[in-house]
Amino acid sequence: MAKKAPDIEEYKYGFRDEHKAVFQTGKGLTREIVTEISKIKNEPEWMLEFRLKSLEQFEKMPMPKWGGDLDELDFNDIQYYVRPSEKQGKTWEEVPSEIKETFDKLGIPEAEQKFLAGVSAQYESEVVYHNMQKDLEDQGVIFTDTDTALREHPEILREYFATVVPPSDNKFAALNSAVWSGGSFIYVPKGVKCEIPLQAYFRINSENMGQFERTLIIADEGSFVHYVEGCTAPIYSTNSLHSAVVEIICKKDARVRYTTIQNWAPNIYNLVTKRAVAEENATMEWVDGNIGSKLTMKYPAVLLKGRGAKGMVLSIAVAGKGQHQDAGAKMIHLAPDTTSTIVSKSISKHGGKVTYRGLASFGRNADGAKSNIKCDTLILDNESTSDTIPYNEIKTDNIVLEHEATVSKVSEDQLFYLMSRGLTEAEATQMIVMGFIEPFTKELPMEYAVEMNRLIKFEMEGSIG
Amino acid sequence: MATHFTIEGLKAEIEGKEILKGINLEMKGGEIHAIMGPNGTGKSTLASALMGHPKYEVTEGSVTLNGEDVLDMAVDERARAGLFLAMQYPSEITGVTNSDFLRSAINARREEGQEISLIRFIRQLETKMKELDMNPEFAHRYLNEGFSGGEKKRNEILQMMMIEPNIVVLDEIDSGLDIDALKIVASGVNAMRSEDRGFLIITHYQRLLNYVKPDFVHVMMQGRIVKSGGPELAERLEAEGYDWVKEELGIEDETVGQEA
Repeated sequence: MAKKAPDIEEYKYGFRDEHKAVFQTGKGLTREIVTEISKIKNEPEWMLEFRLKSLEQFEKMPMPKWGGDLDELDFNDIQYYVRPSEKQGKTWEEVPSEIKETFDKLGIPEAEQKFLAGVSAQYESEVVYHNMQKDLEDQGVIFTDTDTALREHPEILREYFATVVPPSDNKFAALNSAVWSGGSFIYVPKGVKCEIPLQAYFRINSENMGQFERTLIIADEGSFVHYVEGCTAPIYSTNSLHSAVVEIICKKDARVRYTTIQNWAPNIYNLVTKRAVAEENATMEWVDGNIGSKLTMKYPAVLLKGRGAKGMVLSIAVAGKGQHQDAGAKMIHLAPDTTSTIVSKSISKHGGKVTYRGLASFGRNADGAKSNIKCDTLILDNESTSDTIPYNEIKTDNIVLEHEATVSKVSEDQLFYLMSRGLTEAEATQMIVMGFIEPFTKELPMEYAVEMNRLIKFEMEGSIG
Repeated sequence: MATHFTIEGLKAEIEGKEILKGINLEMKGGEIHAIMGPNGTGKSTLASALMGHPKYEVTEGSVTLNGEDVLDMAVDERARAGLFLAMQYPSEITGVTNSDFLRSAINARREEGQEISLIRFIRQLETKMKELDMNPEFAHRYLNEGFSGGEKKRNEILQMMMIEPNIVVLDEIDSGLDIDALKIVASGVNAMRSEDRGFLIITHYQRLLNYVKPDFVHVMMQGRIVKSGGPELAERLEAEGYDWVKEELGIEDETVGQEA
């Protein structure tokens, strides 16, 4: 029986197109399907073995009992691989027209022209468009989809693949390892600084779709790259699953910033493993915005492995009706003088639920390490809730750990004050919310900050009873 | 149309306790009225109730601005109709700069597509801040966050100058100001005096009135205006205190809810 579409606040990216896939596996997950995915991609034997082993791992592991409610997630009701087109376009004209229209509506080609150095657009399971500015290519930067990387840069891929997030890490990492498809592969050579961001855009179009991109970024010594990803999907009455794995290697003195603006439709389970390794004096920054999805469980992590490495997670989570954002960060201090900063800003409204779940860990060698954690929650009404669940592991004496958490409501006096200057209740609430997330938006490139503000405004419209 | 603000028989309560017990007041554009009175007589409640603070419930009476029913309007509608309240304790809003806030407030009064240009706005803001001897950096500070008491008061006056309302209610704008700041605030008010703008200055000291000359002075006690007069009334209150008023009217305790 058809279920009613989830009763959600308006979601402006909820449209879908009628594009017909060229190949799909159908629902369900078996050894045969995994083998078929590997075969259709013409993968080397080691990758097929890796996939099949990961599948066994996935089947062995129990569903996590912590975090969000996964009871409605039915692994048999998901399509694990959908190939939208025969080949990848290097120009938008080469992309099938329905798909191109979808990305047009999402503003991707326009953004590419204006302020991006490279763009990758993934639709269902495959990257359908990919392009990068020539000067980056000339400097030896590799930015491609991960399938292409497996074909064209097999040595470097194999050296790092699954070294940061092994399949056994968690059930969803195992699942991704079995059925991964698409995602970005970036290699930045020694000393190369990519001043302009590279962007990937992930779009789910079909119902009951599973998207399992696999991203691997290697920033060689002294290099810099800013990678931005955005995600949207149509609204269906049934659930889809997005389960990515992102692995990042920041070599000595390198810096990587990874910005996510996740705005999935409210029927998507977003269960993502993101982890980076930071070597000596390297800096890893996760800027993580979670606005959409039904349930997000995501805790970007940094393994601070080299002396003086720095990690930062700056995140916002917005949970509306029927949404649960279970998000946070993990900072694993394994070397002396490593420092980490976590700033988490959560907003719940209309019965939404936000959870901050974080780990600050200091190993035996983390002498002189420092971590500063700040979690702020803004609750917009009485039906909405928030939780803060910090874990600390400390195995050495000489460290500094600061944790600060606040929960606030939009106060009557603040609203009165702003309204007494002529702002409507909606404008006033919006202004307070924007102010609350300002530490996040100010870290975004200008164009994204504008888009973010637009999104939040949109989210806040109709928030007032 | 000439500004005309009327309060008739206004009664208001907070959590079931009646604080305003029938206020009558008529103000026209160009006039400055001062409401004086000791603490606890309902002065600030009057200011908040006029602006529509949700804590106060108006139970009786009417308030009109140029014939329009103010009590029927939401807080923001009152503001856009021309009412302004400089608050005794302005809120702090993190992450919103003073200048962004002011620009939104100005644009809230304009039609879409008719927004004030950024250049014009900045020029105006800089000029007014200079008049108020405010550090230009305050434009980029978060709204009232970390402002001292005196800086908040100046910021309220700055908002008034930028928004250019018709009826200005100043609630204890002089409290916490040193004499220099008081003079600056007073000159800000004086600069805004005009034929189509009325002021209602709520204070319990006379000293502000040395710099802003009121046309009418009202004394508030027990939630009512008990005495009205000209500027000479304020001077007498300054010289002799409130006791003679209480004696004259047979009031023992001037605070609200203490009358027999």
